[in-house]
Amino acid sequence: MFSQLGHLPMDFLLIVAAVILASLGFIAGRLKAETFAFAGEERTHSRPNSHGYYVLMWALVPAVTILLAYVAFAEPLSKAWLRRELPAGFSVLSRGELASYLDAVARAAHIKGLVTGEHVFDTVTTRYDEILGTVNLATLGLVAVLSGVSLAWARARLGPRFRARVHVESGLEWFLFLCAALAIATTVGIVASLVFESMRFFAVVPATDFLFGTEWNAQTNAAFGALPLFFGTFMISFFAMLVAAPVGLYAAIYLSEYAGAKVRAVVKPILEVLAGIPTVVYGFFALLVIAPAVRAGALWLNTSLVEWGLAHGPVFAAQPTSALAAGLVMGIMVIPFVSSLSDDVISAVPQSLRDGAYAVGATKSEAVRQIVLPAALPGIIAALLLAVSRAIGETMIVVMAAGHRARISPDPTSDLTTITVQIVALLTGESEFDSPKTLSAFALGLVLFLVTLVFNLVALGVVRRFREKYE
Amino acid sequence: MSEQALSSFGTDRARKRLRRRRAADRRFKWYGRAAIGFALAALALLLASIFSQALSAATYHVVSFRIDAGRVVAAENTSGALKEVYDQVRADLFEAFPDASGTPAGRQEVSALVTRLAALPIAERLRASPARRGMEQVSLPLSDDVDLYLKGAAARQVTINFGPVAAEPTEDGQGVRLSGAGAFARLIAAASLEHANVTDVSFLVTGGRSTVRLTRLSADEAEGSLIAGTASEFGNRALCARIILAPQSERTVSDRQIAWALALKADGRVRRVPHWSLLTHTDSTQPELAGALAAIVGSFLTLLVTASLAIPVGILASIYLEEFAPKNRLTSLIEVNINNLAAVPSIVFGLLGAAVFLGVMGLPRSAPIVGGLVLALLILPVVIIASRAALKAVPDSIRQGALAVGASRMQTVFHHVLPLAAPGMLTGAILGMARALGETAPLLLIGMVAFVADVPRGPGDEASALPVLIYSWATQAERAWEPMTGAVILILLAFLIAMNVAVVYLRHKFERRW
Amino acid sequence: MDGSAAGNEVVVTPEPAGTLALGDAPRMDCRNVNVFYSGKQAIFDVSLPIPDRSVTALIGPSGCGKSTFLRCLNRMNDTIEGCRVEGEIIMDGKDINSPVIDPVLLRSRVGMVFQKPNPFPKTIYENIAYGPRIHGLAQGREDLDEIVEKCLKRAGLWEEVKDRLTVPGTSLSGGQQQRLCIARAIAVRPEVILMDEPCSALDPIATARIEELIDDLRKRYCIVIVTHSMQQAARVSQRAAFFHLGKLVEMGDTDQIFTSPRDRRTEDYITGRFG
Repeated sequence: MFSQLGHLPMDFLLIVAAVILASLGFIAGRLKAETFAFAGEERTHSRPNSHGYYVLMWALVPAVTILLAYVAFAEPLSKAWLRRELPAGFSVLSRGELASYLDAVARAAHIKGLVTGEHVFDTVTTRYDEILGTVNLATLGLVAVLSGVSLAWARARLGPRFRARVHVESGLEWFLFLCAALAIATTVGIVASLVFESMRFFAVVPATDFLFGTEWNAQTNAAFGALPLFFGTFMISFFAMLVAAPVGLYAAIYLSEYAGAKVRAVVKPILEVLAGIPTVVYGFFALLVIAPAVRAGALWLNTSLVEWGLAHGPVFAAQPTSALAAGLVMGIMVIPFVSSLSDDVISAVPQSLRDGAYAVGATKSEAVRQIVLPAALPGIIAALLLAVSRAIGETMIVVMAAGHRARISPDPTSDLTTITVQIVALLTGESEFDSPKTLSAFALGLVLFLVTLVFNLVALGVVRRFREKYE
Repeated sequence: MSEQALSSFGTDRARKRLRRRRAADRRFKWYGRAAIGFALAALALLLASIFSQALSAATYHVVSFRIDAGRVVAAENTSGALKEVYDQVRADLFEAFPDASGTPAGRQEVSALVTRLAALPIAERLRASPARRGMEQVSLPLSDDVDLYLKGAAARQVTINFGPVAAEPTEDGQGVRLSGAGAFARLIAAASLEHANVTDVSFLVTGGRSTVRLTRLSADEAEGSLIAGTASEFGNRALCARIILAPQSERTVSDRQIAWALALKADGRVRRVPHWSLLTHTDSTQPELAGALAAIVGSFLTLLVTASLAIPVGILASIYLEEFAPKNRLTSLIEVNINNLAAVPSIVFGLLGAAVFLGVMGLPRSAPIVGGLVLALLILPVVIIASRAALKAVPDSIRQGALAVGASRMQTVFHHVLPLAAPGMLTGAILGMARALGETAPLLLIGMVAFVADVPRGPGDEASALPVLIYSWATQAERAWEPMTGAVILILLAFLIAMNVAVVYLRHKFERRW
Repeated sequence: MDGSAAGNEVVVTPEPAGTLALGDAPRMDCRNVNVFYSGKQAIFDVSLPIPDRSVTALIGPSGCGKSTFLRCLNRMNDTIEGCRVEGEIIMDGKDINSPVIDPVLLRSRVGMVFQKPNPFPKTIYENIAYGPRIHGLAQGREDLDEIVEKCLKRAGLWEEVKDRLTVPGTSLSGGQQQRLCIARAIAVRPEVILMDEPCSALDPIATARIEELIDDLRKRYCIVIVTHSMQQAARVSQRAAFFHLGKLVEMGDTDQIFTSPRDRRTEDYITGRFG
């Protein structure tokens, strides 16, 4: 019987239960409130609906809590239970093997009446279904009992003097707070998962080997020296900023200081379009147009340099995907991040400073270069930092156009790999995080997170102080 | 500072100096123009390259065949029907090109004109209406390489129309000799312009259904071997010469396949039609059969999950932070945290999803539910920041007015402030969704990159998404995927443009000045 | 008189305070000036001669166009989009609005001090040195040092800041900042100094110091000051011009304007009936 219960559509049932409980709570609260609200003896504090909402709230709290707990823990719990019951023969399996075996069991258990014909597996699957059924039944029972008790308790509190509205509103405020706290929970989740999996990785590979090693061969679990990845990330971000910093900055200066209102109204949104294009599209563009162009240029230079007598053989690697191509395209993508924030900070420099410069006979460019830009410098640096952080964390362009070879090479036309490329390469198609190979992706993620965090915090702090100064 | 130095104003020295300063001024302005020009040119190049690819994929070539529907319907199952259709198609092709059909290699080369899987939709359609009997006219897409050649994208080639000339079969009967005084001068001129000669690249001369590959070429006479049709077809008619500027070994389509495709075209059996299957088919290993339907549905389901979580939570969080939060360390921590989350690389959210949603919670891999959750966390800061800006824009006089008539703070916010801030919040939500729609990296880490052949029916099914489809098609080796990728990018951009147009419209319609 | 000769014309000899050479040719002569802001007219047909080596005060209720008019005198209105100036403003026989006159050159001869002190976010030294440097007025470091010291002395700021020339100009008090701005203005050796309500953001003590300074500067420069304070106009100026709704209502010696105004509106304004 329990094994049949294992196939209950629990998410649906729990939601239905919550809705029913909520309706019941509201009706119960409102009916009781009406008895004393319309008796006319005493003026009630809150309107009948508020009493209804109050009981509804208390009926929902346990139901929703249990629903969330079920989604998060039902399967891990059932698996843990099943693992304890497994016969001793299963101890030959390693942790990872056992985990993937249990995954297969769980998947099979979801399909009703599946018989593979393999006796042990089928037996384990049936047992798993029974366990899941027990958990399901217990969950439903728990919802009914807890919510019922909670509902009854809330209803009992109602009375003419009961400040139902105040309670409902403070409950609502708590709910709003929880929504806001979800942002914190996300950060905590990111940090916790990165740190936890990284710790498991560093238990196998020493942190110093990871940070300072120059040999990277993670696919075969052989070498985990991430220096080539840091180098590749740095090179490509450097090329990106080589494009984005001057272009973005001069574009911002032109738009905020020189362009007329009409030009600004047209050009600004077009620059924003660059930021709205999905990065995978930039990756395709890099693959289709820029990488072949970079390669052709490098090949031409190779032959030309020999012809001019400046070299004896090919100077550039001229590979089909290259750090330069990825960097150039990333630079184009990053332009609006530089230009839009720089534009903001340049516009925030008070007009009186420009007037002061003009009044002593400065030309426009002198006023901009010598007075406005130095005044806006902190904000511009912040814009550049945010752009660098964006470039370091950018994934799709480098995955498609930078390459997979981990090496330290100053040649911009050779393919380099980056942190993000390796994370994607290591985790695509993997579901179990048990080998150093997959765990190293989390260590890389941790490095990426920390580096971008520092850049972001510094940049955001600088921007905030800049705003306070001029606003 | 001597008083006499005052005279330096307006002197030649000052004017000369001023000229230099003015030149620097103009230069500086031009740097700005150049920067904007560069950015706009980059955008134009990007869009142009994608449009040109997509344009090529907007149509494709199909060949028509006559199929005995009765024999297909009689097949036991779909794979039997598929075999029956494909066998008939091949038989038809063998009949059309008997010279090549003698050897297994030749038969394979002919069969490659149409891939086997291309027959599947026909087989399914015919089986769906078993009442059909007799001969049916059906169209199957040409294989991607031949299609690409006919679109002129497979290899660079020079086409010259000439003739009529005299034609006679060569002594061995395998070739044709074409002759006419000075008839080939233009062909030779064009070839020398491209530094091409008959021994290196293919010179094909086509007349009607027949094609000859030249082995010898002079101004008055040309000789070559027949690769399709008969020698008699070349006499006394307009001919077309094609110099294909890539040797056969460097192409994916052979000279003979080109000749056959031209013959089918001469018969009027090859047509160029709109490529609707791009929207109605699911992913495939064959470019000419692949479509984006499953990915579109997958993206839709993912965004549904994202929207139902991120929009309400984001709006409620922004209400708390803007209207209720006390100024203390916790709320300022939340604030810094939200601003920072907005700048965390998206791939880190993918790692979070992989570790928590897949690893700890055991949710299904490759499913829109997980993708939607990850993207919801990703765009939550975007929604919160936009919603807060919308709430900030509502003037305090509204709040004070409501409080003054005895509304509680909660009532003030929900009855008065929220309706006024709603358009701004909505635009923020749409922009957040647009960001989620284009996001790729986190989806790769939670397995949404798997090959999905079926249209997902719910958020728990295996699915792909549009940007992920773009990624997997763009990284395929075959050339034919390039235009297909361009076309899918265009579909994605169309959705994004629609979302942004909605934002502009909302802003315009509800713009309010306090 | 052409531009190059104009420089030689200026002979700076200290004159006793209070003597007005009203009979001389005016330093700047404005004839029929009209100003439009994106089509809307702000100044109507104003003609005003401005004498050298004296202080001319532009007075009138707020929004009467006196600041707009002041900004015409060194073409600061050029920096405002959609602003158009008509009429002639003659300086050294040339119309300063003519296209052959470079506003940069003009502004080095007609300096300006603003309502709110706006020192550059640089050191005190750099604030003064900036103008001479861009115009190439100093041959070397010593020369520049000399200019900075001289200007600070003239602005009456030297004693207060001589030991801390490398601190940011923004760290000074409001009154000091304004005197720094005046020093900055005279560092490019202007002939005319425009002051747009230079004391409105200052406390009374700082205001008194600035007024003293203006009185001192009058010996060397032609000064035009916009002020909303009647008392200040009476204290510092020798000539006064009363603006109302963009029109020049009355001009004359300050004493005459304040004691026996010819126009009814002037009288109403200075006696405080509106403004």
